[in-house]
Amino acid sequence: MTSAAATRLPRRRRPGWVDSFLLAVRIAAIVLLIWGIAGTVVKGINGEGPTGEAWRDLVVAGIAQGAMYGLIALGYSMVYGVLGFINFAHGEVFMSGGMVGFFVANYLWDIRFWDTNFVLSILLVLASSILASTLVAVIVERVAYRPLRDAPRLIPLITSIGISFFLQYTFAGLFGVAVKNYPPPPDYLRARIGFLDLEIEGTKLAVIVVAVVTMVALYLFVEKTRTGRSIRAVAEDKEIAALMGINVDRTIVATFAVGGAMAGVAGTLWALLFRGVSFITGFLPGIKAFTAAVLGGIGNLGGAMAGGVLLGLFEGVGPQLVLAGFGIPGVSQLKDVVAFTALVLVLIFKPSGLFGERLAAEDRA
Amino acid sequence: MITIDMRRMLRWGMTAGGVMTFTAAVGMLEAFEDRLLIYPVLSLGYLLLLWFVPVAGYQSSNVAVLEGMEAPPRGLHNVIAGAVTGLVGGVVLALFAIVINAFDLRDVFVPFSLKLVGLLTYGLGVPEGLPYAVLAPAALGLVGGLMHLLPASVRRRVILAVEWVVVVALLEQVFSQILRQIRLEVVADRVFTLKALEWWAALAVAALVAAVAERTRGGFGRMRERLFAGDPRQRTRNSAWMAVLVLVFLIIIPQLLGSLLSEVLANVGLFLLMGLGLNIVVGLAGMLDLGYVAFFAVGAYTVGVLTSPLSPRFTLEWSWWAALPVAILTSALAGLLVGTPVIRMRGDYLAIVTLGFGEIVRILFLSDWLSTTFGGAQGVQNIPGIPLGFTEVSGVGPEGVLYFALFFVLLAAWISWSLQESRIGRAWTALREDETVAAAMGINIVRAKLNAFIVGAILAGFAGALFAAKLGSVFPSSFELLVSIIILVVVIVGGMGNIPGVAVGAVVLIGVLGGPNLPGLLAEFAEFKLLIYGALLVFMMLRKPEGLVPSVRRSRELHADELTQDAWLDKSGTLAEAPGGGRGAG
Repeated sequence: MTSAAATRLPRRRRPGWVDSFLLAVRIAAIVLLIWGIAGTVVKGINGEGPTGEAWRDLVVAGIAQGAMYGLIALGYSMVYGVLGFINFAHGEVFMSGGMVGFFVANYLWDIRFWDTNFVLSILLVLASSILASTLVAVIVERVAYRPLRDAPRLIPLITSIGISFFLQYTFAGLFGVAVKNYPPPPDYLRARIGFLDLEIEGTKLAVIVVAVVTMVALYLFVEKTRTGRSIRAVAEDKEIAALMGINVDRTIVATFAVGGAMAGVAGTLWALLFRGVSFITGFLPGIKAFTAAVLGGIGNLGGAMAGGVLLGLFEGVGPQLVLAGFGIPGVSQLKDVVAFTALVLVLIFKPSGLFGERLAAEDRA
Repeated sequence: MITIDMRRMLRWGMTAGGVMTFTAAVGMLEAFEDRLLIYPVLSLGYLLLLWFVPVAGYQSSNVAVLEGMEAPPRGLHNVIAGAVTGLVGGVVLALFAIVINAFDLRDVFVPFSLKLVGLLTYGLGVPEGLPYAVLAPAALGLVGGLMHLLPASVRRRVILAVEWVVVVALLEQVFSQILRQIRLEVVADRVFTLKALEWWAALAVAALVAAVAERTRGGFGRMRERLFAGDPRQRTRNSAWMAVLVLVFLIIIPQLLGSLLSEVLANVGLFLLMGLGLNIVVGLAGMLDLGYVAFFAVGAYTVGVLTSPLSPRFTLEWSWWAALPVAILTSALAGLLVGTPVIRMRGDYLAIVTLGFGEIVRILFLSDWLSTTFGGAQGVQNIPGIPLGFTEVSGVGPEGVLYFALFFVLLAAWISWSLQESRIGRAWTALREDETVAAAMGINIVRAKLNAFIVGAILAGFAGALFAAKLGSVFPSSFELLVSIIILVVVIVGGMGNIPGVAVGAVVLIGVLGGPNLPGLLAEFAEFKLLIYGALLVFMMLRKPEGLVPSVRRSRELHADELTQDAWLDKSGTLAEAPGGGRGAG
């Protein structure tokens, strides 16, 4: 009996008013969610609001965008798993890929290669984008994060905020502040493609396919290769990994490189979805990807991807589904509010994410 | 014994070359080439291009002397190392010039113009000017190396003199304005030509600074010791006198500065107010709040909505004084609402959630949904000034705002100082250092954290109320995430957890570089402001995480490892590995 009491003791906490407050927030969130959806459903029955087709487009757009978030989220997740800090500058790593990809795409367009041989062109763009993002991620690690390996937790986070601004305005200075528009994809990609009884816009289908392929490749890399195994070992425990003969520095560089490569793929996907890139492009997707990583359980790669898709769906469908139910005007302006609210709610109520986080013991707090 | 470390020279040389190439490549050289600092020899562009070379030249053969170790002999090898470092840097820069001259990269890299080639080769074009492009950095590196040969005290004085020349030349506006106000127009006109110091005036400033430094050698330290040591009663009296002196100085200064500079200082005051608030949250309680701007926005919007005759929903037209308590109340409430859910989170999650809250607040103020109350993108216009009976404080008369802001800054500084020294302040410090131990010591973690959040929110709401009255209108674009980040940089660069540090940070960053959307004294920095903010943040974190004016306790926390071991014992063990010596966060 005493032992049972002793084991229970650390967990015991008197429920204070903070807990009551959190409970109230939780209930309010659920009530509002249900109320909003009910309102939209009632509207739908009355023949107002978006049609079935419009809903489907929202869902598809949400999934495509979410797949992109998921790819960026992988970088956050891997770095957090290995080093235990939020690499705030990862959004800028993504942006640098999209930015460099633009110049390649533009060159290919100028020499008329883009129209005639689109698939090869987009592969070249993808390769340059991956290269740029990987390079930026690795350089940032070497210059800024490596000296801070043993610093208190918040110091690398603050550093990464500085890096984020530094990179943004370096790109603004180097390439100008104007938004750069990728050349248009060929018609067959812009047309709707019949797919299992659904009609999906070609670009979005392509984005989803590329994201899935990349994800599978990453999975194989992390699970099957030597480097992947050392990344997992270092995430588990740096010191023991070092004792086992793993070169921790090199593994951390590899982590940043892989995360950067994923962000580079996302950069090209962004170009396919939205076409415009500028020096601030990385900021919002970066934060949302972080949200996605947390949503899926930070440190958990499959979770990051799932979290990305979920977040994309929340963002794509949420405003129409929940907010419109209250009769709020201009709901599409509020999609970022939905994303951030999701972030706040997840961190408050399930900080380990929907699929559980896999972290080294020292990072759990 | 003395070896010239080739790899080290190469590394520093490449770094110097990298810094120079970067400065030129992002367009800083070209942008600041017109702004002369020392007439007719030096422009701001070239200063930014070349400043790092002497530093690298000095560092490339700098060996930290640790206690208990003999100082390595200095001599020709230092000079050679400096020159070689500069030479390597110069070669990198020359290669860069050759590349942009040979290929037309303007379509991709906007600043890579032929004008840039001209600037890099000192106007002589590629083949002719290249020797100069290489030799100028080499000479500067040599100067850096030469510094080793000077005795330490002379070296310090030379560096101080150079720093002062640069400061005087950069802040020409302030100095010439003060000279004009005290009826020395003649001097101002003579000393400054085209916003730049005359070369002879620069030499004079340098000589003056060196002479003053010579006279007061260590004098300030002694004076401070005399003033603040002694018995407690005398110390209190001395502090009171100092306070009176500072106060008199603060009252006089707007009279000397004229309205443009007063405007800048008023902005400094606003940001200082917020900085003091964030200092409590981040510096004392150790919670990284990235959504701090939300409270600022809440304060500003509350005042706007309650006082403006054009407020979209209400037509209350309260006086500022009536709206102020409401603004404080709403921002405190916002602090409570944001603070309660986040207090159980670990540090980095807290940062992101507060960031999320900040963005939510801004987007809501911007949205169509709430535009019937807050005016959407147009915001709330025509906010009246602050009635003071005999006059009205508003943006029209920046001196008034400045006095007003100063008054409240002093009040806020006093409040946060007393809080810091009180029971709750000690609780915050304990919390920052170790939450578990603090809880074990009987500190109510929840209450302490919430208190920090609420006090911080109130100060920000207050700054917001002042901001609304000063600007006369509020709109969502004034409350971007950037504001939070900039206040954070102010607190960090100045010195977390230290009130004078925050003041220094606000004056240096907001006053000189400028805040978000607010020009500072160096308005020409506008497009590179955030680049510099970012670089500064990274540099501070890497080298001096305790800030420019560190709080004693905070720097002990950050350098705990270094204090616990004898440096020379460590050194003798790993002699080959750590040539740089006293690094920051180790």
